[in-house]
Amino acid sequence: MNQYIINPNIFDTDVELDTIRSGFGRGLKKAGELDNKVVALSADLTDSTQVGLFRDAFPNRFIQVGIAEQNLVTVASGLASAGKIPFASSYAAFSPGRNWEQIKTTIALNEQPVKIVASHAGLGVGPDGATHQMLEDIAMMRVMPNMIVIAPGDSIEAEKATLAIAKNNKPSYLRLAREKTPIISTNESPFEIGKAYILREGYDVSLMGTGTMTYQLLVAANILSNHGINAEVVHVPTIKPIDGDIILTSARRTGRVVTAEEAQIAGGFGGAVAEILSEKLPTPLLRIGVHDRYGESGQPSELIEHFGLTGEHIARKVEDFVRNTSQYHREY
Amino acid sequence: MGGKLTIEQLQLKANDMRQDVIHMLSAAGSGHTAGSLGMADILATLYFDILNIDPKNPDWADRDIFFLSNGHTVPIQYAAMAEAGFFDKNELLTLRKFGSRLQGHPERIKLPGLENTSGPLGSGLSQASGYAYSLQYLDNCKHRFVYTIMGDGELDEGNVWEAAMFAGKYKLSQLIAFVDRNNIQIDGNTEDVMPLGDLCGKWRSFGWHVIEIDGNNIKSIIDAVKLAKAITNRPTIIIANTIPGKGVDFMEYDYKWHGVAPNNDQSKIALEELSKEVELKDKSS
Repeated sequence: MNQYIINPNIFDTDVELDTIRSGFGRGLKKAGELDNKVVALSADLTDSTQVGLFRDAFPNRFIQVGIAEQNLVTVASGLASAGKIPFASSYAAFSPGRNWEQIKTTIALNEQPVKIVASHAGLGVGPDGATHQMLEDIAMMRVMPNMIVIAPGDSIEAEKATLAIAKNNKPSYLRLAREKTPIISTNESPFEIGKAYILREGYDVSLMGTGTMTYQLLVAANILSNHGINAEVVHVPTIKPIDGDIILTSARRTGRVVTAEEAQIAGGFGGAVAEILSEKLPTPLLRIGVHDRYGESGQPSELIEHFGLTGEHIARKVEDFVRNTSQYHREY
Repeated sequence: MGGKLTIEQLQLKANDMRQDVIHMLSAAGSGHTAGSLGMADILATLYFDILNIDPKNPDWADRDIFFLSNGHTVPIQYAAMAEAGFFDKNELLTLRKFGSRLQGHPERIKLPGLENTSGPLGSGLSQASGYAYSLQYLDNCKHRFVYTIMGDGELDEGNVWEAAMFAGKYKLSQLIAFVDRNNIQIDGNTEDVMPLGDLCGKWRSFGWHVIEIDGNNIKSIIDAVKLAKAITNRPTIIIANTIPGKGVDFMEYDYKWHGVAPNNDQSKIALEELSKEVELKDKSS
């Protein structure tokens, strides 16, 4: 098992915060330095998607397509057929929200190594409201054959993921968030496409998170330990291909699984875990996320609270879940 | 590709390809007849005169690029590729059949020589633009050209106009696009379904050089591409007026032949008519 080193200051009140998208911005610039085939496309959202760093460093490899997300990904497909490694960035609500078919036909089915980078995914867009809060993207991208789907847990990991997809020669989807979130990893923490990591070992319940939710699970696990529940926390940055081995290993150890995502649970990360467990190791499962409804305007912190996605809310739900599933607990 | 064919030889190639298409669609029992026949002259001219390609080395790095955007007309591209030697002509009859490399709509991964995967309309111009952008701005490669063909009904798609703006903005002069202007789409005539109006004016206003030709006249196609190559400060669109179902009297101009294949009897009549055209040519030469 890869040793995952958690940020030692993670539970401090002054834990470092950073936006996951800025890790992408740094990673993209580094990828550009490492390989001159890397090009970046923007659909009029260059600075907020953090592509500005790359644009300033490599103005000749930056392509502005205007507010045209269908064109964004299809031009990227053409660039990939010309041997380039295109990163096509926008907000998740628009790409893949607007252009799913073009991604399928010209990138995934066509096996062109375009990187779809979706900033501002999840509820974190806050005041912009439901139209801009992309919650369906995990489901719609992971159902697409040939597509890699990654939701990094913090900005450090986002940088590593960006460098990794620059080299994987495959269609890839990178899900990023707008808001500053705590740094959960360190520069030394491993990141490999397709790998999940156990951040905290436990035996009562497995808390599995992707993207911004892994931090909340770590908070929840702390609260739970004060209530006599020893929770394991599994970070699953790659949603596809998903690390079934770690998921099954952890589920086997604890006998209960909880998933958390800032997305629709239907078909999303929770859906992916449910598929594995129900086929390979039927295990009581609680999926935490958004349940078949749209978001709304509000501060991100208010929304996370409202939708029950804070560590405190999750801890409460997990406590109930553990109590209600006591007959399933596996002794190891 | 070897020595160039004469105009007359190109016409005969187009005729061969039309006959191939009738055989293929008849054997498949489904497929798009009208557009495939109407585009035969353009595809013959591209594959046997214009495109700098090597059928024995389809991934040759220095080749020209052709993206078929209206993927439903791929039977005529398969016919051109087989005639050009990308694969054996016998394989044409596997079109649309289980296990075939000749999918109902083209898939790049399946068949060497295809440059893209298409079917859902409106994306070929963008892909061609991306490739042409790469040649012009990233690769400093001036001698290769990128071609694409769109259907006129396809121009209903918004994605096309996003690409039109993009190529206009970046003055992609190595991009040469055709519109197969045959005035039909599935539900009827284009001007009834969704009027395209002043097509030349539309493209001109997007910053393109516009050439309008008879798309069933091979000399016009060759001349238009020569001119397009000489335009070095903007992309060129060739509005190619074609006759849907061209070459088969009972199919010509009839939108009902957009998406259906001929049955055995209809194929027989069509093939007789197409063979007669060859005999007439032989006599006149």
